[in-house]
Amino acid sequence: MRKFSYYQEYEEGFFMKERLQALKEEALVKVEEASTLEALQQVRVSYLGKKGPITEVLRGMGKLSAEERPVIGDLANKVREAIASQLDEKKAALEAKALDEKLLTEKIDVTLPGRPVQVGGPHLLTSIVEEIEDLFIGMGFEVREGPEVETDYYNFEALNLPKDHPARDMQDSFYITEELLLRTHTSPVQARTMLEYKGNKPVKMICPGKVYRRDTDDATHSHQFTQVEGLYVDKDVRMSDLKGVLNQFAKQFFGEEREIRLRPSFFPFTEPSVEMDISCKVCHGEGCSVCKGTGWIEILGGGMVHPDVLELAGYDPKIYSGFAFGMGPERIAMLKYGVDDIRHFYTNDVRFLKQYHKA
Amino acid sequence: MFVSFNWLKKYVELGDITPEALADKITKTGIEVEGIEYIAEKSTNVVVGYVEECEKHPNADKLNLCQVNVGEDSLQIICGAPNIAKGQKVAVAKPGAVLPGNFKIKKAKLRGVESNGMICSLQELGIEEKYVPKDIADGIFVFPTDAEVGADALSLLNLDDAILELGLTPNRSDALSMLGVAYEVAAILDVPVQLPDETVEMIDEKATDKVKVTVDAPELNPYYGAFVVKDIKVGPSPLWMRNFLIAAGIRPINNVVDITNYVLLEYGQPLHAFDYDDFGSDEIVVRRAKENEMMVTLDDQERTLSSEHLVITNGEAPTALAGVMGGANAEVSVETTTVLLEAAYFDPKTVRIASKAHGLRSESSTRFEKGVDPNRVKRAGLRACQLLSLYAGGKVLSGAAEFDQLDKSEKEVTIETNQINARLGTAISDTDIATILRKLDFGFDQDGETFTVHVPTRRQDISIFEDMLEEVARIYGYDLLPYTLPQGAAQAGGLTKPQTIKREVKKYFESAGLMEAITYSLTTRERAMMLTSPEVKAETVTPVHLAMPMSEEHSTLRLSILPEMLASLSYNIARKQVNVGYYEVGSVFLSKQAQVTEQPKEKLRASVAITGEWLNHPWQQEKKQVDFYLAKGILEGLLDRLDFEATYKELVIDDMHPGRTAQVIVNNIPVGFIGQVHPRLQKAFDLKDTYVFDIDLDYLIEAHIDEPSFTKIPRFPTVSRDIALVVDENVAAGEIQTTIEEAAGSLLKQVNVFDLYQGEHLEAGKKSLAFNLLYLDPERTLTDEEVENSYQAILSAVKEAHQAELRG
Repeated sequence: MRKFSYYQEYEEGFFMKERLQALKEEALVKVEEASTLEALQQVRVSYLGKKGPITEVLRGMGKLSAEERPVIGDLANKVREAIASQLDEKKAALEAKALDEKLLTEKIDVTLPGRPVQVGGPHLLTSIVEEIEDLFIGMGFEVREGPEVETDYYNFEALNLPKDHPARDMQDSFYITEELLLRTHTSPVQARTMLEYKGNKPVKMICPGKVYRRDTDDATHSHQFTQVEGLYVDKDVRMSDLKGVLNQFAKQFFGEEREIRLRPSFFPFTEPSVEMDISCKVCHGEGCSVCKGTGWIEILGGGMVHPDVLELAGYDPKIYSGFAFGMGPERIAMLKYGVDDIRHFYTNDVRFLKQYHKA
Repeated sequence: MFVSFNWLKKYVELGDITPEALADKITKTGIEVEGIEYIAEKSTNVVVGYVEECEKHPNADKLNLCQVNVGEDSLQIICGAPNIAKGQKVAVAKPGAVLPGNFKIKKAKLRGVESNGMICSLQELGIEEKYVPKDIADGIFVFPTDAEVGADALSLLNLDDAILELGLTPNRSDALSMLGVAYEVAAILDVPVQLPDETVEMIDEKATDKVKVTVDAPELNPYYGAFVVKDIKVGPSPLWMRNFLIAAGIRPINNVVDITNYVLLEYGQPLHAFDYDDFGSDEIVVRRAKENEMMVTLDDQERTLSSEHLVITNGEAPTALAGVMGGANAEVSVETTTVLLEAAYFDPKTVRIASKAHGLRSESSTRFEKGVDPNRVKRAGLRACQLLSLYAGGKVLSGAAEFDQLDKSEKEVTIETNQINARLGTAISDTDIATILRKLDFGFDQDGETFTVHVPTRRQDISIFEDMLEEVARIYGYDLLPYTLPQGAAQAGGLTKPQTIKREVKKYFESAGLMEAITYSLTTRERAMMLTSPEVKAETVTPVHLAMPMSEEHSTLRLSILPEMLASLSYNIARKQVNVGYYEVGSVFLSKQAQVTEQPKEKLRASVAITGEWLNHPWQQEKKQVDFYLAKGILEGLLDRLDFEATYKELVIDDMHPGRTAQVIVNNIPVGFIGQVHPRLQKAFDLKDTYVFDIDLDYLIEAHIDEPSFTKIPRFPTVSRDIALVVDENVAAGEIQTTIEEAAGSLLKQVNVFDLYQGEHLEAGKKSLAFNLLYLDPERTLTDEEVENSYQAILSAVKEAHQAELRG
């Protein structure tokens, strides 16, 4: 009996091992053969499901001896794991394949144009004014603004231009009343700032803004235009400082290779007065058609603040001295970008504006 | 001022410097040479010819057949000029000659007869018509009889001259004379000035026997000198004088007039010649004009005078408006035999007022206005008398009838070397300064490093230290000034908060797809009134007008940026640029005064205008026209950026679509409007549908809270509920939203419209609006009950306020 029973036991155990091995091989072949996710799922259900053959085999474990039971149990789990892992692997492969196929159907023409996004941009004059502002801010200047409708006093008299001064002809103005006018330069902001600072602290400022003069609009004249003026008042300010600051500005704004040249000039509010030229970009001072053969292009005017202007603004000219300068962004834009007609700045032709929206 | 290079050589030794090199030096030293002109640069081969024979052309009435001796040769030349005659000396362009305009002279046949050259008029030789003496304007030029046959005609006519055009700043009136320019050039080249000789031969008869001078207004006329020259023969002036006048841009007339003009140019002193016999008396009285006194000036215009004007009279009637123009009554003519010559100093301001009032700007008034050299007034009179005796056959009476209270003293300005160096940033030595003063021909006394400069009266522009500083600097050379940086304490530059916000606003608009426009502040009266925002209108009585606009187009200060912005859109549309979005940030000008006496209030506004398509993506058939909600989205974005919440209220104003316009309200203050431009106005500007807004940027900047404080990021989830309401179609979504916000309690954080429906599933006249409600308590998780309570409160509030029903 014992022997028989041993045999019986042996027989059962042997049979179950064989069966599990066979199931594993069979299942792995089926997994390999499955070509769709559905077929694969079928394989999973048929081998690993509750009614599957492995479960069936395990049900017969009761017949096994206590020694054989864990061995067969362990084997059964290994077979399951092997099939499951193969199933997962195959599933991942099939899914990847399915995705590849799907993506192929989603192909688009990447050469077609994109959906346009509206992009705006600043006016060229604003770009230039802000660039000038930023350069002078870097040199310690503050930015000051003031009214566009000015009193005759601030626009002229405080700047050493009394009524009937012949130099008033230089800038015929738009009067509103005898005492009010559209400012002809941004210099009144300088006078206002100096008065605000009460004659006892340094003034280091630039004042950008719109100005107005009685000119008939044509290619080179505009009744409205822009100015950026600068003023530095302190103890012991020298004319060489003006030259140094303007040189630094010119090199940063126009390029390191550009040279500057100062020429004597006249403005009622400065003495000595200067006009500044920069060397021509095209010929570097040799003389060409752009600079009319001179090699130089006039950029701005300036000078040492006239003692009368300092005095009128409450600064003692015996203690304080200063320099001032002024430039026209339109002119600078025309020189820098070759804009050929000043009216372009005010017609707002979008074909003009867009040219300067690039960074 | 036109400066003849050849004329200048009479006063300064120019050596072999070229006109270009001299021009460059003058420009660098302080007077800008704006151009150099060669009168007849390209001409060659023109000589003086003697007309030996002159007969009618056999085959043409208007042509003459001449035999002209040109020195070595005698040429047969056909000439059509009416004034050609035998015995004349004329300018002959020989075959091979080139005239201005690259006109080459060749042998030719005219009506069958050979012509070997051309007899020239001044115009043909390159002189502008306006400078050609009137009597030969239609004919050839005839040389004086002493011209040498065969000589170079171009040089005799001064056509080899170079003209330097000086751009004079108002202070440099000294350079309005050849002598003044000579001093400048002499300083630059470090050479002496040769002054003209003023010696006059005078007869025994005295000027004071013929005329008496009385000045009633010495403050306006501190010097008046009257010279008398008799036996004058009016005729052409000498060729050299005519040449120089033409070079300076003045047309020669006759010897008397030419001499006064010549001296004006040479000395910078205007002179006036009266016909003594027509003067009307032997007394000159200078006085202020009476109010409304009349006189007829040389140009035959009747002029009304005032007491601000100074007149020269014969004791009764005005014979000249002092310094501006002579009277018609005592004008020099071809019959004049005795000349009464005026050399005077008139008050600059008075001359300026008169020349401005009468629109008479002349070579004379320009010089008087800027102040002539007190020491040259009388000398100029003597120089003119000398020339009248030499070139007009005149006999000069001795002396002059004079009134003289003129201050002819030199100003003194003290300068110190260290002062100069401290201000210029230089290291100029005492010796250098002495040299500079010597070059300028300024007298000075030196005491170590202190110089007392005696400024010559020709330099009326120099009176203070800084003026001398400039003189020293410019002769020293601006080129030689060092480059330094300010040595004062360093300061931090930067933008103010408002300036920074302004830049942020501009950047926002650009990121929203708008282009910056800059329009004119001056507009028409009509446009100034257009599209004004209610809060602007409330601050305005009438737009600010210019007293004397140049044109109606730019006559009035704007109250809104929009009208000119629409004009810019219109400009683009006319050029087929139909899709445009602009923004502009700029000032408008508000005045509450009907008669403006105070500066208007300047308000910074931000305006936007959009028209055409906003999106066009053709191959995907996506196309979007601008609409109200695009404009509103841009505005909302701006307000959000500046941390404002706005409410919108229907608004009806002129020039805006009555059903598509809203007032924008921030902090319960109206700050602008948004909407569609009225179709009537759109049509006037040739625009398709155009949406705009206009906002008070000053207010937004002022009310803007500087630093947003930190708000904790919520740790608890939001609860979202939707509510769909059916209301009458006229109820505005914004009103319902306000009701919801007021009724919901503090847990409601956001309300957003997510659906609007009107149509077949609803009763006519009704619409459905769906809102999404977001609830949040930052401290804990919300309960359903809390949300439900709020929801019910909302429902009853909207029912009551708007008769809203929950949509089934």
